Amino acid sequence: MLEVLSNGFNKAKDRFAGRVELTEANIDDALKDIRLSLLEADVNFSVVKDFIHDVKEKALGVIVDTRVSHKSQKLKTTPGEHFINICHQELVTLMGPVDVDISFASKPPSTIMLIGLQGCGKTTTAGKIAGFLSKKNKTPLLVAADTYRPAAVEQLQVIGNSLSIPVFSEKEMSPPAICSKAIEHARSTGHDVVILDTAGRLAIDDSLMNELETIAANTRPDNIFLVCDAMIGQDAVKTAVEFDRRLDLSGFILTKLDGDARGGAALSIKKITGKPIKFLCTGESFDRIEEFRPDGLASRILGFGDVVGLMQDFEQVIDEKKAEKDAARMLKGQFTLLDFLEQIQSIKKMGPLQDIVEKIPFFSQMAGNVAVDERELVKIESLINSMTHKERVNPDVIKESRKKRIASGSGRTPREVSEVLKKFNTMRKMMKNMGKSGLLSKISGGLSNIPGLGGGADPGDIMGNNLPAASRKFPKPLSTSEKRKIKSKRKKAKKARKNSRKK
Amino acid sequence: MNEKKEKGGFFKRLKDGLSKTHKAVIKRVDEITCGKRVINDDLLDNLEEILITSDIGAVTVQRLMEKIRWKVNRKELKIPEKIHNALKDEIFSILSNHQQTLQADTLQKPFTILTVGVNGTGKTTTIAKMANIFISQGHSVLLAAADTFRAAATEQLEIWADRVGCKVIKHRQGADPSAVAFDALKSAQAKGIDVLIIDTAGRLHTKAPLMDEIKKVSRIIGRELDGAPHETLLVLDATTGQNAISQAKMFKQAINISGLALTKLDGTAKGGVIVGISETMQIPIRYIGVGEKIDDLREFNPKEFADALFEN
Ligand SMILES: Nc1nc2c(ncn2[C@@H]2O[C@H](COP(=O)(O)OP(=O)(O)OP(=O)(O)O)[C@@H](O)[C@H]2O)c(=O)[nH]1
Ligand SMILES: Nc1nc2c(ncn2[C@@H]2O[C@H](COP(=O)(O)OP(=O)(O)O)[C@@H](O)[C@H]2O)c(=O)[nH]1
Ligand SMILES: [Mg+2]
Ligand SMILES: [Mg+2]
Repeated sequence: MLEVLSNGFNKAKDRFAGRVELTEANIDDALKDIRLSLLEADVNFSVVKDFIHDVKEKALGVIVDTRVSHKSQKLKTTPGEHFINICHQELVTLMGPVDVDISFASKPPSTIMLIGLQGCGKTTTAGKIAGFLSKKNKTPLLVAADTYRPAAVEQLQVIGNSLSIPVFSEKEMSPPAICSKAIEHARSTGHDVVILDTAGRLAIDDSLMNELETIAANTRPDNIFLVCDAMIGQDAVKTAVEFDRRLDLSGFILTKLDGDARGGAALSIKKITGKPIKFLCTGESFDRIEEFRPDGLASRILGFGDVVGLMQDFEQVIDEKKAEKDAARMLKGQFTLLDFLEQIQSIKKMGPLQDIVEKIPFFSQMAGNVAVDERELVKIESLINSMTHKERVNPDVIKESRKKRIASGSGRTPREVSEVLKKFNTMRKMMKNMGKSGLLSKISGGLSNIPGLGGGADPGDIMGNNLPAASRKFPKPLSTSEKRKIKSKRKKAKKARKNSRKK
Repeated sequence: MNEKKEKGGFFKRLKDGLSKTHKAVIKRVDEITCGKRVINDDLLDNLEEILITSDIGAVTVQRLMEKIRWKVNRKELKIPEKIHNALKDEIFSILSNHQQTLQADTLQKPFTILTVGVNGTGKTTTIAKMANIFISQGHSVLLAAADTFRAAATEQLEIWADRVGCKVIKHRQGADPSAVAFDALKSAQAKGIDVLIIDTAGRLHTKAPLMDEIKKVSRIIGRELDGAPHETLLVLDATTGQNAISQAKMFKQAINISGLALTKLDGTAKGGVIVGISETMQIPIRYIGVGEKIDDLREFNPKEFADALFEN
């Protein structure tokens, strides 16, 4: 899905190649590409229409700007960059403003009610939120209010058990009664947050929707979150609007973002209901939940990777000072296989590959398609390990006989060696181009002097040129507790890799 | 399923299940076509919108619209009201191209069905519904609880098995799904069971290790029984948009998907993705799910589907 989207955007961008200004005609062509790709990505029809309209207005404004403005930095960017920047900012605007707050009652317990269609991920998300809150020193109580789906109660109990969070359930009781009783129970046992896991239902199922209204009326939840599968199609809006009409939602949670479906539903729902997106869920294990960031999701939709998220992950596993030096050097085109190896090792420390790959623009290209395989890294690593130092620093010396030696040393074929070298060369070229395109000046501190973007957006972000090394930011040195956290994160990541499930 | 006997009821229930879709689509096609005497671009644009909001997918819609436009240009289509029929014919022909119902061939005991799909699409429920159909046809059925990952997945399957009256082979949570499938197959062979249905954990098609896991299940069954699995059924959720096509492609690439089931057609999701999938994938659609109850599974019938979708 993202591929579809990003292809569209890239195609749109390409339409400007070699042009010097945005004209109504080339905007129209580009917009047609974008319209189609957004539709293929399940963005709601009317949302796409508005999006195209707004982007067009803004893009046309840019022509005027570029023409009349004498600010030299504006003239430095290409129309293509402007155009994509406009798309990106429009997406960010559509999905913002950010409001990831959970409301807490002045008098506990606070209540979070999770609702949604069948199979969208409510029960799993209930567990995730409970885990999330207990890390914030809350004492949540999970409530099994799905009495319909076979073994739904047992499912929540297993989840609660594995997270050491108590689960409230009652046999032979209606869901509204269970919820009310659970809140009483929480009050008397000192739980400060109650999480209601309700049964999946269709928005057109009147009696089941009534049941939700009853629960809401009785318990007056501080938060009602609609859980929504990221893969949902054009129906997203209809469903969300109906749930919102009947229950006045406080926000949405998007699940299964670890697949290749991205953005479409988030964009539509936010736009049409105006309710904020609260959390993004990216896996089946209970730590796979993050607070929503529009910028990250917009970058993903644009197909240039979740650069911000990637940077956050990276910050935790790399040596900042060295990274700074490396980045500067690599951007000059002095990128070696040693750097490549080091990057791979950092990437491996960051956790399961699938997550990361979605965030790295170049990597998905490198590995071919969406299905990225942890083994690809192992392969590259083993090949580089079989090289001499000279070969690693100057890969251009690797000709046929060396390839054969490296191949046999790592139990691979010479063709595999060639393939890896080809990928490496592509990366090196990209890095060099990126260095030329001005990112280097940013790295050396000129954040507000980004040509043409007035310091607003990050051109690296927008143009998709960001590579891991280049996207490292330079925060303050880590404290001991932070280091400890990172260590445990690494350990967890290692464990996660062992368990193929935890992606 | 005894279709003859059930014909009226079956069709009605299918229509009921699809009535939302039906009403929404038809009402809007009619709104657009009624009262307009000439077919113009505006009208065709509106039609395109209706198809896209049915999840048919921009690419398939483009293709459909091209055909309609072609007919309009050749003056084969002159009256706006006829557009409706032209579309119906077109969609029917796409849907019926590779259609074939699923028959349990019990000469190869057990007729083995491997059920796969992404998370939460309705695999387990569909298995229960299928088991019910096979049992009502007089077959003996055994279920394999090879979703050893999701919390209480085995319990869920056991409750369903209890309701339809068949047995479940299970292992501990976290056990190797291939081992469960293997044991179930051995057990079915020993008992002379007609149909074995294997439930597997939901998995995103983009995750290589999980796709490897399912490949292994399929391979191991094939090793033990010639031609098994006889059916590899991919369960798709009709609420899903264009991602369903990606799912179908990637699952087919990994294991040889021989049939599709589309669930949750009782919702407002229009199920238009069926058309795109049928066109791209050339895999028969075996069943559609129209509710959470045990008999809410229908054999997919392109004629009835297109009729129910387009009939006034
Ligand atoms: N409305 C409706 N709900 C359905 C249908 N089929 C399944 N469901 C519901 O969808 C939810 C998920 O169904 P399951 O059968 O557990 O799905 P699954 O694919 O086995 O899920 P995992 O094993 O968790 O990946 C349950 O609440 C089912 O009751 C259908 O045709 N219509
Ligand atoms: N890959 C992935 N799977 C998820 C996610 N959230 C939930 N699931 C899976 O989706 C399926 C349905 O989830 P469940 O919580 O039972 O949904 P419910 O019916 O809405 O309560 C299960 O197989 C979960 O493991 C997610 O963020 N990513
Ligand atoms: Mg649930
Ligand atoms: Mg299941």
